[in-house]
Amino acid sequence: MDRNSNVYTFIYASAMVILVAAVLSIAAFNLKPFQAKNIEIEKKQNILASVNIAANATNAEQIYNEKIVNSYVVNAKGEQVDGNAFTVDMKKERAKKVEDRALPVFECEIDGNIKYILPLYGAGLWGPIWGYISLDSDMNTIYGATFDHQGETPGLGAEIATKAFQEQFKGKTIFDNDGKLYSIIVAKSNETAPAEHKVDAISGGTITSKGLQSMVEEDLNAYKAFFNQKK
Amino acid sequence: MSEKEALFSKKNLGLLSNPLNSDNPITVQVLGICSALAVTAQLKPAIVMAIAVTAVVAFANVIISLLRNTIPNRIRIIVQLVVIAALVILVDQVLKAFVYDVSKQLSVFVGLIITNCILMGRLEAFALGNKPWPSLLDGIGNGAGYGAILVIIGFFRELLGSGSLFGYKLIPESWYIANGGFYSNNGMMILPPMALITVGVIIWVQRSKNRKLIED
Repeated sequence: MDRNSNVYTFIYASAMVILVAAVLSIAAFNLKPFQAKNIEIEKKQNILASVNIAANATNAEQIYNEKIVNSYVVNAKGEQVDGNAFTVDMKKERAKKVEDRALPVFECEIDGNIKYILPLYGAGLWGPIWGYISLDSDMNTIYGATFDHQGETPGLGAEIATKAFQEQFKGKTIFDNDGKLYSIIVAKSNETAPAEHKVDAISGGTITSKGLQSMVEEDLNAYKAFFNQKK
Repeated sequence: MSEKEALFSKKNLGLLSNPLNSDNPITVQVLGICSALAVTAQLKPAIVMAIAVTAVVAFANVIISLLRNTIPNRIRIIVQLVVIAALVILVDQVLKAFVYDVSKQLSVFVGLIITNCILMGRLEAFALGNKPWPSLLDGIGNGAGYGAILVIIGFFRELLGSGSLFGYKLIPESWYIANGGFYSNNGMMILPPMALITVGVIIWVQRSKNRKLIED
């Protein structure tokens, strides 16, 4: 058959596209369970990381089951509502109005004390950023925090996922002396804020840093009623 | 051809080694510059990117070489693109399923392999006119030539820009000005323009060693 005829070209193109589509669909379908499992394990690792427990891919499940003693969903009024805290899709919740959001809470027991772990979700420079923040039972002192991102610039915005940045959050407080929710300021060197509410921003990663600040602020605000109830 | 060529004849070995020096895709052909700037702020993503590109270019070369006598001339670029895109998605899916942490490290850059000019360049210039075995060697050679440059750039950028390699701090904390020392990381190194200048320095060094490359 003539390799340059229209008919040949059309048949060739169609056959190739169908073949490639089939191969990719089969691959995606068969790999899905593995990928879903990886994502679930990663989520458990992240939750544990926010209470300063390092878990690897193999022991994350086991440690999670031991340490996370309770999890539930609250609404903006602080009332407990139906739902599974682990499967709440933060991206979808963030698109809703605050009153309609499902707000997951994970309780973790460390040396007999309960730490409260809250998920965070916001926007960086190139895409979503997210994380978990854990509070002592006074609902004021930050016990630990972990952040992750989809596509922030390596060496710049991506530094939010490093220990050095996250360690700064430990021991900071989110309420000011008048009992008002102050949240955390991710500050550049020329910004002033009370030291107990301030962490250093990432040089070269200003937009990611500020995105992280507003993420923490907005998500903590959603839990305000819950905090007041527990305090 | 009456005589069968040996698998590792001189000519075939040349396909492997030439891209490392006198026919380097980045420093001589000046292809694939964009990703060489994007992923080299740290050493580890540079290395994984080098491996991923090598795998994709080698397989794509073999597939296109096998198909070379059936591809309609008018849509050959699209055929090449589909093969590359399919392989890249496959690599991405496999990484996500089995080496999730590496896949996370590379994030968007895996998808960006599709836009790497070296791939289209090798398919168009080599695989369309050669048998599968030489095409495979050519793919591996070019991937390695690309990777070598990436690793060199990544090494200097991470060392001078962040004072670390593979994320491990190499410069003692006490050297830093903040701690009363004399040293400060060069923030310019983590920005893409310095990667371009580093590429320029590598080209300079290479040409002063290899005089054949100097044009009149």
